[in-house]
Amino acid sequence: MAPPGQMAVFPSRNRLLIGSWLTSVRTRFDMTLLLILLLPILFLPAPLVLRHAPRAAVVSALLAPAIIFYLLLQLLPAVLAGQVLLFHYDWIPALGLAVSLRLDALAALFALLISGIGISVIFYAHHYFAGKPDAPRFFAMILGFMMAMLGIVLSENLLFMLVFWEMTSLISFLLIGFYGQKQISRRGARLSLFITGGGGLALLAAILLMGSIVGSFQLSDILAERALLQQHSVFPWILGLFLVGVFTKSAQFPFHLWLPHAMSAPTPVSAYLHSATMVKAGIFLMMRLYPVFSGAEVWFYWVVAIGFMTLLVGSFVAIFMHDMKGLLAYSTISHLGLITLLLGYGSEAALTVAVFHLINHALFKAPLFMMAGSIDKAAGTRDLRQINGLAWHYPWLAVLSFIPTAAMAGLPYLNGYFSKKLFIVESFQSTDSGWLAVLIPALAILGAAFSVGYAIRLFHNTFFNGKPRDIPNWPLPAISGWVYLPLACFAALCLWIGFWPEVLLHQLVQPVVQAAQGNVALTTDFSPYDLAILQQHPWLTTISMLTFAGGLAVYSARKALFAWHAALPTVDAKDIFESRMQWLIARSQQGVHLVENGSLQRYVIYLVLTALVFTSWPLWQLQQWRGELALMPVDAMSAGALILLMVMAISVAVLHRQRLIALLFTGATGLLITVGFARFSAPDLALTQFSVEVMAIFIMMLALSFLPQSSPQEKVRYRAKRDAVVATVAGIGVAVLSFAVMTRPQQSISDYFLANSVPGGGGSNVVNVILVDFRGFDTLGEIAVLAIAALAVFALTRNLRLKGHSPSAEHIDAWHGYAQPYPLILRTLARPLLPMALLVSAYIFLRGHNLPGGGFIAGLITAAALSLQYVACGIRWAQVRMLTQFRPLIGAGLLIAGLTGLGSLLFDHPFLTSWFSYFELPVIGKFELATALLFDLGVYATVVGSTMLILANMGRLMTIHGPGKEIG
Amino acid sequence: MLTYAVYIALLLFAAAILLCLYRLLRGPDIVDRILALDTLAINLIAIIVLTGILMGSNILFEAALLIALMGFISTVALTRYLLRGDLIE
Repeated sequence: MAPPGQMAVFPSRNRLLIGSWLTSVRTRFDMTLLLILLLPILFLPAPLVLRHAPRAAVVSALLAPAIIFYLLLQLLPAVLAGQVLLFHYDWIPALGLAVSLRLDALAALFALLISGIGISVIFYAHHYFAGKPDAPRFFAMILGFMMAMLGIVLSENLLFMLVFWEMTSLISFLLIGFYGQKQISRRGARLSLFITGGGGLALLAAILLMGSIVGSFQLSDILAERALLQQHSVFPWILGLFLVGVFTKSAQFPFHLWLPHAMSAPTPVSAYLHSATMVKAGIFLMMRLYPVFSGAEVWFYWVVAIGFMTLLVGSFVAIFMHDMKGLLAYSTISHLGLITLLLGYGSEAALTVAVFHLINHALFKAPLFMMAGSIDKAAGTRDLRQINGLAWHYPWLAVLSFIPTAAMAGLPYLNGYFSKKLFIVESFQSTDSGWLAVLIPALAILGAAFSVGYAIRLFHNTFFNGKPRDIPNWPLPAISGWVYLPLACFAALCLWIGFWPEVLLHQLVQPVVQAAQGNVALTTDFSPYDLAILQQHPWLTTISMLTFAGGLAVYSARKALFAWHAALPTVDAKDIFESRMQWLIARSQQGVHLVENGSLQRYVIYLVLTALVFTSWPLWQLQQWRGELALMPVDAMSAGALILLMVMAISVAVLHRQRLIALLFTGATGLLITVGFARFSAPDLALTQFSVEVMAIFIMMLALSFLPQSSPQEKVRYRAKRDAVVATVAGIGVAVLSFAVMTRPQQSISDYFLANSVPGGGGSNVVNVILVDFRGFDTLGEIAVLAIAALAVFALTRNLRLKGHSPSAEHIDAWHGYAQPYPLILRTLARPLLPMALLVSAYIFLRGHNLPGGGFIAGLITAAALSLQYVACGIRWAQVRMLTQFRPLIGAGLLIAGLTGLGSLLFDHPFLTSWFSYFELPVIGKFELATALLFDLGVYATVVGSTMLILANMGRLMTIHGPGKEIG
Repeated sequence: MLTYAVYIALLLFAAAILLCLYRLLRGPDIVDRILALDTLAINLIAIIVLTGILMGSNILFEAALLIALMGFISTVALTRYLLRGDLIE
């Protein structure tokens, strides 16, 4: 693996490669690719907006795939001629991640399938959801899914591709759980997310390994490094992880279990995601990276074995499915297995057949799902034991379904016929060793026979086989004629390809194969694959007859087979998965509860103990705690104040059960600390400490008005002692640590700040310059946190109503009887105080840049003065007179601060660079203007808004007559 | 001369603070305690101003101003809590 440092190679290398591509004739840079990718997401909101006009909604949803289809057709001739269209934009070059798109024949084929089948599915869904409100939500999700799918097939950068890969898993989860109120849907969705999401992780690992070996995540680079990758020692790992990724997505054995359970999704989803597109994403990726993996022996054995297993299991189980969609799901699994198997062979001809069959499968499976969905909707059931003899009720449906069913079974002159022929020819040709030469064709014929069997069952059972039994919706309602339109289109395509397979083979499939092989010219001679020549093949017809006979035999013996199947113990993967999941969830909840049980004491003791463990060891290692710096002399006043401080702090701990008194002591402690800061020449800290102290006590008292007045006695006796010991040890530890740090000389960054404060920040108050300039980004983060905290308080208290809460006896006792709510003296005194306080606040704010003060302190003073009005005159009075709500104030503050920062970008300086200059004005004299002041204004507004939002909302809680409007 | 006066004043205010703290600790009533806290704040203003005079700097005076302003607000809040059991209504 490459060392991390090598990652830095990506950007330059990418640019180089792009340059060289552009100069070559076969590649072209094309913006249309980006448009194709973004179209679905651009149209995504339209159906949601137009949800009350179903016709307009479906038309808007159809527009995106229709335009994409048209654009692709425009590009198709060039692409089929071997040209590769590219789009490139560096996203995060340091990670090798780029918005990089590529359209070659392979991508174009898939994109055409995605958009083309998308059109028919959206059209069909409009009729499927007719009369229900679900359609707009479905359209929005399907457009999102379409974009994800297009992203997978168009990505040139593998990391970029992975984003879309995960997106398909997630949207598939949402779509399977479309009817989230049904348990079966939720469980199916969870199972599928678990399997495909896990596969996505494996694929991520494989891609990262490949990227680190090759040194780029660009497809063109990786495809060119076949030899390097295959000879690398981790190649088996890459291959294994890659295969897990694609097999989970493409529902290969043993990961196929999620697909049948995904059938609880609405039928348009099954038709689109779970037969035509998403499950083909794995196949696509195998084709995309075909040049890297094919030819490796491991690849051949694993892919062929898994593909065969899937083909047989899928086609065998399908026969037993009584659920129509279950049958189709297993049939999809078997066809996916077939394609995988062909890819495993590694020969050009097999790849051709795989591509050919992939197209065919999409064309005959989608209409079958639509048929199943229509019947399900009409009859109210999909159970093949109940649905019989519908040919007399829906003759057109029978005719239109016959064609795709027959194509699936491989009847002559239909597309499936040709691909089955080719498959059997391949199975005879590609083996080399002895026993495989017999086994593979034999199994291939067996699989083909099974598939004939379930195809017959699906058709005969649905449309003939006696009369309907116990249908919930009886008499059967008519099916809208529009539903037949997509069915007819698909049937026509099946017929067309059946009659003229060579056109598709030569015009589309061969360029695709060429692209999949990395634009190497094809060496195989495809002329023997022409239909006319295949028809004359001596034993192919015999084999074909054999498979039909086998299928018929299986179907005739169905009663005995069903009886045998019913006698088997039922194992439901979903139930097993669900019980495992429940077990896992229960265990994790237990684990979480051990750590996080809602007890604040416990969290604090975890934190303190962790800190103790991590600091005590290095502290113990010190030779001596005291460093070499001389100690300051101790004067009597400081010592006395210190002792008082300790007494106060201990009193808080001792008296903590009487909450109000403990609050008073907290206040006294804060006051003493303020004096301490002033004594040791930190006026800024003194101001800040004091303002914060006052506001904090204010808020705590507000909370105290609806909390119990005393804390309950600790029930467990030893706990108090334990906590006392831990707290003492931790306190002494912190003291020792600070002592050790402060008595040692050290190179501190403060010298830099002191030296650069005036020349760099234009302010002589270093603390403020640090806050608004040197560390402006920190401050921006901090005020954002403050704003979030205030909004959280707002959200929590918004719908909380404590009014009507009658005061407890405890309260009344503390009140000393009745008192006026708004005493006259207080009211009269409070009002003139506001302008004075605002003046102080403005003074502190303005001089903050050069002398102690600043936006934060000024904000707290303003908030304190405003809250005095609330206290003295009542929330109603004050709220009517507040001209602004608090949330806009917070928002404005953050905006001012953020925009000031962004402003420096305009002048080509880094974010939050400040600017200052000195000006002369006639009366005022020389003064300074600094952008830092503007930033400080943002801080001020945020602080005022946040504090008031918290205060006013907490005050409102206990107010019986609220202000009449929301305080926000 | 001024220095001595300041020192004596400091000592006296320190003694006053001690007495306030005693009241704060002893009580006996919550009203005594609130009164003690308010007086404590006033004494601290004096201490800060005196320290400023002693250090020959006026940088600490804002702190005194602030304590004067905010100390009043917190006393109001405390008394109101005592009277009504609720700060804002």
